[in-house]
This record gives sequence, structure tokens and C-alpha cells, in this order.
Amino acid sequence: MTRPPVTDWATDFDHLDPDFVADPHRVYDQLRAECPIAHTDRYHGVWIPTRYDDLAAIAHDHHHFSSRTILITDRAESPHDLGFHAPPITEDPPYHTDIRRLLLPVFSPAVVAAYEPITKAMADDLIDGFIATGRCDAATDYAQHVPIKVITRMLGIPDADHAQFRDWIHRLIEQSPVAGDATFEAIFEIGGYLAGHVERHRADPRDDIITHLLEARMPDGRELTDEETLGVCILLLLAGIDTTWSAIGSSLLHLATHPDDRHRLAAEPDLIHSATEEFLRVFAPVTMAREVIADTDIGGCPMRTGDRLLLPFPSANRDLEIFDHPNDVILDRQVNRHLAFGVGIHRCLGSNLARMELRVSIETWLERIPDFELTDSAAVTWSAGQVRGPRTLPFAFTAA
Amino acid sequence: MNVTVDPERCQGHNRCHALAPTLFDIDDLGYATAAPGTVDPDLESAARLAAANCPEHAITVEPRAETSR
Repeated sequence: MTRPPVTDWATDFDHLDPDFVADPHRVYDQLRAECPIAHTDRYHGVWIPTRYDDLAAIAHDHHHFSSRTILITDRAESPHDLGFHAPPITEDPPYHTDIRRLLLPVFSPAVVAAYEPITKAMADDLIDGFIATGRCDAATDYAQHVPIKVITRMLGIPDADHAQFRDWIHRLIEQSPVAGDATFEAIFEIGGYLAGHVERHRADPRDDIITHLLEARMPDGRELTDEETLGVCILLLLAGIDTTWSAIGSSLLHLATHPDDRHRLAAEPDLIHSATEEFLRVFAPVTMAREVIADTDIGGCPMRTGDRLLLPFPSANRDLEIFDHPNDVILDRQVNRHLAFGVGIHRCLGSNLARMELRVSIETWLERIPDFELTDSAAVTWSAGQVRGPRTLPFAFTAA
Repeated sequence: MNVTVDPERCQGHNRCHALAPTLFDIDDLGYATAAPGTVDPDLESAARLAAANCPEHAITVEPRAETSR
């Protein structure tokens, strides 16, 4: 699959271009300064707003910008029309409101707090697996597994199938603009996998999210349909894995390559809360998408019904109009209204969980491995597409 | 100082509760409400920090209204 190289980012943007994947912020910094709403004819046409205020306004305006398209694929049709329903993220009000209310309680701060010691134990177990060797791939041996272990336990499914999850996520979220049928086949494969687990829960209820969904009732008293239950499970399995994995990996990479920050965070552990928010700001992994459902304009650009947009929250988080020294990591940054989890009615349902997983993963790592280094910067690889994070992180440290 | 949360704007980010847990209650769905009454002077800077970090601009911090007697 070859595409012509990008010559003008403002009119021919391509989020899968190798130069962009290597350093998206060079492109975003230039666009925010010179042409804050970029466009491309690639992928059937996409707008790319890059400034914080425009991105926040679009995320808050579900009357004009629908979530029926949250992935840019190689198809002209919206993912919704091709059978991708993962409520609530793929839905609009009023249906979105009702089904989201069923899920908010299972990701509340109180529930997440109860999972903190479990997450810490999982992180310690993972470190036990490689600390004696003095080296690891922090992306595939550590960062990846924390969110997989937590969400599979919350859902009530085994974590042993993580390689399968990773393949589905790669095809669906990272390669969707170029993967062709493989993207949509992934959706149906995940559905088939989860359907078996849902049936087992129906016969044998447990204290987990799948059972919660089977017992849930919509405001009119009805149960969720099989399609709704599966769609929610697909969302919870996929959305919480490579996103958090990416944030953990990017944060560890920063600490490996910035000894001053590493030593400061190890010496001042109370900084972890502001540092977590700062890592989320600077290394925000997620770019969402929307589809225009009523004509409007943003920043003077006409948006017509059927147009599609990428919402690069990573670009919003580096906007000089909002953040001082936006490209610097400032561990004790006090005012940090970042958009890593989006804003408005689609605020990431799992944001409390993701934040906890990121914080505990970094805290636990620094307790056990306070000094570490990246052994080969050329070996670091990055995911492309709508979730960005390091997928290979060769680290070395003193064996213990 | 008084602090309020606009329930129409709050989307449950919980940044306020993390920064000032005694000033903000979180319900079962994750939405915030401000504790009623005047903010303890020791907590005024935390209240301002919570307002400044709310991604939805849902928190208002106001100097206490003068009450006439």
C-alpha cells in the first residue's frame, strides 16, 4: 500500500504518512500557526481542525457533529452504516444519554479506587517477570498488559487472549484508513469472541460488567438487546487498551530519556498527580472523528452535511493560546485543562480508570526501577492512526 | 468565597474532586456538586485551582456576597 508523500499539510493532510507518524507535533504546530483547519481529499475527504478552541467547540456541538463516524476508514460510508455500533461512543443523544447512564456507575471514582490495589499488584507482578534480567521491552512486557489485565477482570473475561486483542485493535483503530475489509472483519471477529462470553455470563451471573449489562434496564424498562450488549463490550474491551497502553509507554519513554524529570519524580512522589495530568496533556494518545449532520461553519470554514472530521486532541493540548510552554513537560504544571479525554457528552467514560492505571503504572515502576534508560532510540516504533503511542521500548536498568 | 458547579456543564471529569476532595462531592454517576456554604479560607486556593482545571468551565468561584444587617 503506497500513497504519494504529503507535499502540503494544510490541503493534503495524511495521518498515516510516515513523517507524520514519526513526529505529528511538527505538523500540528505549523498548522495551528498558519492554517488551523486543514483538509485532505484522501480517505474520501477529511477536515482536520487543530486549535484547542475549535476542537472544544466541535466536541460540545453534537447537533452539528455526529459520532456516527468516529473512525476514518477507506470507505465512503460511515462506520455506523457498515455495522459498527459500540454504544455509547458511536451514538448521539437522546439514545446516547440513556445508554451512557447505565455505564457511568461502573467507572465511577469509587469503583476505580477499589481497583487501585489490584492494579498495583498486577504492575508488581509484571515487573517481577523481568526485573532480574535488567532489561525489558517496556511497551510489550509492561505498558500493554496493565490495561488489558484490568479491563478483562472488570468485564469478566480471561486476559490470556491479549495477542488476539492486540491484532483486532491494530486493524480497527490504527490501520482503519488502509486496512480495507480487515477493519470490518475485526469488528465481527470481536463480536463473535465476546458473544460466547456473554452467553456464559447469562447462564452463570457474576460480579462483573457483563453481568451488570445483562441485568441493566433502559429508562423504559427494557433490557439491552444482544447487539447492544455486544457493542458495549466491544467498546470497553477495545477503547481501554491501546489508549492507556500508549499513555503509559509515552510517559515511561519520557522518563527514560529525561533523567532530571525521572530523578525529580522519584524524589518527590507527591508530584505524581500533576505529573499524570501533564503526561496526559503532552502525550494524549487519542484522535477522535465526527461526521457533519447539519451545515455549519467552524473558524470560517464551511462544514457541509456528510463531511467528516478528525478531532486531534493531541494538537489542542499543545496550543500556545491555552498552555504556556506547550511543548515542555512541566511535572508541577498547576493549570492544565487538557483535552486528552475529550470534552462534552462523550468525555471518555473510562477516564478515571485510565488516569488511575497511568498513575499506578508509573508510581510502581519508579518504586521498583528508579533508574532506567532507553538502549536504542532507533528501535522505538510508533502506532499510526487514531491512537498514538510507542509499540517498542527497549529499556535497560540495574537487575534486582 | 462561594463555589458552585453548573450541572448542565459538568461531564464528570472529576478533576475538581481530585484537587479539592472536601469541596466537591461526586455522585454515583460521577457528576460533581460543590459543598454548600462558605469555603474555608484555607481551601480558597484549592477551590480556585479546581475551577481553573475544569475542562468544561463548569465551576464558578465568587467572593462571598456582602450581607447587610
